[in-house]
Amino acid sequence: MKLKGRTICSGKAEGEILKTTQGISFYGGVNGDTGIVEQEGHELKGKSIAGKILVFPEGKGSTVGSYILYRLKKNGKAPAAIVNAKCETIVAVGCIIAEIPCIDSIEIGKLETGMHAKVDAEKAAIETE
Amino acid sequence: MNLTKEEKEMLSGKHGNAVKKSMEILKALGEIYGAKKMISVSSVQIAGVSYDNLGEPGLEFLAEMAKDGKTRVLTTLNPAGMDMENWRALGIQEEFAEKQEKVINAFARMGVITTCTCTPYLIGNCPHFGEHIAWSESSAVAFANSVLGAYTNREGGPSALAAALTGKTPEYGMHLEKNRQAEVLVELEKPLRETQNFGALGKVVGEKIGNKIPLVVGQDKASLEELKSLSASIATYGGTAMFHMKGITPSKTKKPKEKILVKHSEIEEALAGLTAEGTSDFVSIGCPHASIKEIEKIAKLLEGKKVNKEVWITTARPTKKIADMMGYTKTIEEAGAKFAADTCCVVAPIKGRFNQITTDSAKGCFYAASKNKFKTRIKSIEECIKEACE
Repeated sequence: MKLKGRTICSGKAEGEILKTTQGISFYGGVNGDTGIVEQEGHELKGKSIAGKILVFPEGKGSTVGSYILYRLKKNGKAPAAIVNAKCETIVAVGCIIAEIPCIDSIEIGKLETGMHAKVDAEKAAIETE
Repeated sequence: MNLTKEEKEMLSGKHGNAVKKSMEILKALGEIYGAKKMISVSSVQIAGVSYDNLGEPGLEFLAEMAKDGKTRVLTTLNPAGMDMENWRALGIQEEFAEKQEKVINAFARMGVITTCTCTPYLIGNCPHFGEHIAWSESSAVAFANSVLGAYTNREGGPSALAAALTGKTPEYGMHLEKNRQAEVLVELEKPLRETQNFGALGKVVGEKIGNKIPLVVGQDKASLEELKSLSASIATYGGTAMFHMKGITPSKTKKPKEKILVKHSEIEEALAGLTAEGTSDFVSIGCPHASIKEIEKIAKLLEGKKVNKEVWITTARPTKKIADMMGYTKTIEEAGAKFAADTCCVVAPIKGRFNQITTDSAKGCFYAASKNKFKTRIKSIEECIKEACE
């Protein structure tokens, strides 16, 4: 299956999908040193986003969240790529400064955790096996 | 987006890495929000200055940008996590101070004017009516759009920096006339006086209409300090980038259909809701940063008196210099109160140091409660100083 959307930040990545239907607030929600989701009540709580094709509807919360994505990248714990339904400022800016491939306008309902996927952000595409 | 030849060159890396990264940020934002082109900005205000918020990754990012980034327009900074000169006296740890200095130095290398204040419009970064700018700091954004009539979106730290290093911002949102029209008519039962009441108004309106733009009617006059207070609280509690106030703010707007009434009892309830019983161990005035008029007032109130608790007057360093020159600083410090220039109670690392704060600021109360877990009391400046001396 191949889905096409919009390029937010170029780059290529391959890996396993980790998906949530909930928004993610990186500031306060994700540990910038470990890549573990720490937000109480979040369905990904306790899971690591490191190296994953992270699929979620949209980012939320403080604009400091952009710096958390940068911190994850510096610590080697960033997601391999981010796929959003609708990308907002915090995630877009975070991906650009951290150089994490990012696409949006994707029908994320068709993607499931555990699928193996390739993201080509330049072509705004995600392809699953 | 349609980019000019120069903007394309910026994106290609011809103007260096910091400019390339900046243009990537601006282009992505422009595409997300449907901008057709970039526009030039004449002024920038950057938030994300306190090391308490930035942390090590934020500092690393700024150091990276400072390798070859230089500001192209007048750029000022939001408050830092400490008074850059007097941090020891305010109980800031050595290690924090060292990191904070590195943050400021990175901005300085880029040519940013390192006056750390949320009131850039009081210290020489004061755009005029109709000017396009790129500001972060929600209270300054609301003041600029509403009171000055300049045009700015609510920028985050990196996007404001990107605007500073390129002199550009994507044309969307508050840069377009059609998005600056009032959406809700807010009728005041009776006109308000004093900063704490304007703060309460911002809370009431913000909680009722969120980030919609109000047209407030029924206010006969307003001081700079009162509008500064309203700008801060309406952005904090509601998230709007702009308000109109009939007879006071300069921008034209159509009269909106949706209408709400703000009763005076609602203002009083908002104040009561922010005011705990009991004695505070901390008093702070200057959220947003105190103006010279407010400092003069505080100096007069403190003349010949002694404070009995920790009292911080938070302000911009250039404003403090005026206070020094006028002798207000001497009067205030002789009474035992302290100046905390360059910083404020929202961004300084003061969690755990106090239990309860008394302030005239509704925005100050919000962050004292949410970020620092303090109980709060909101009072007029006169009452704040009276409590400080009790």
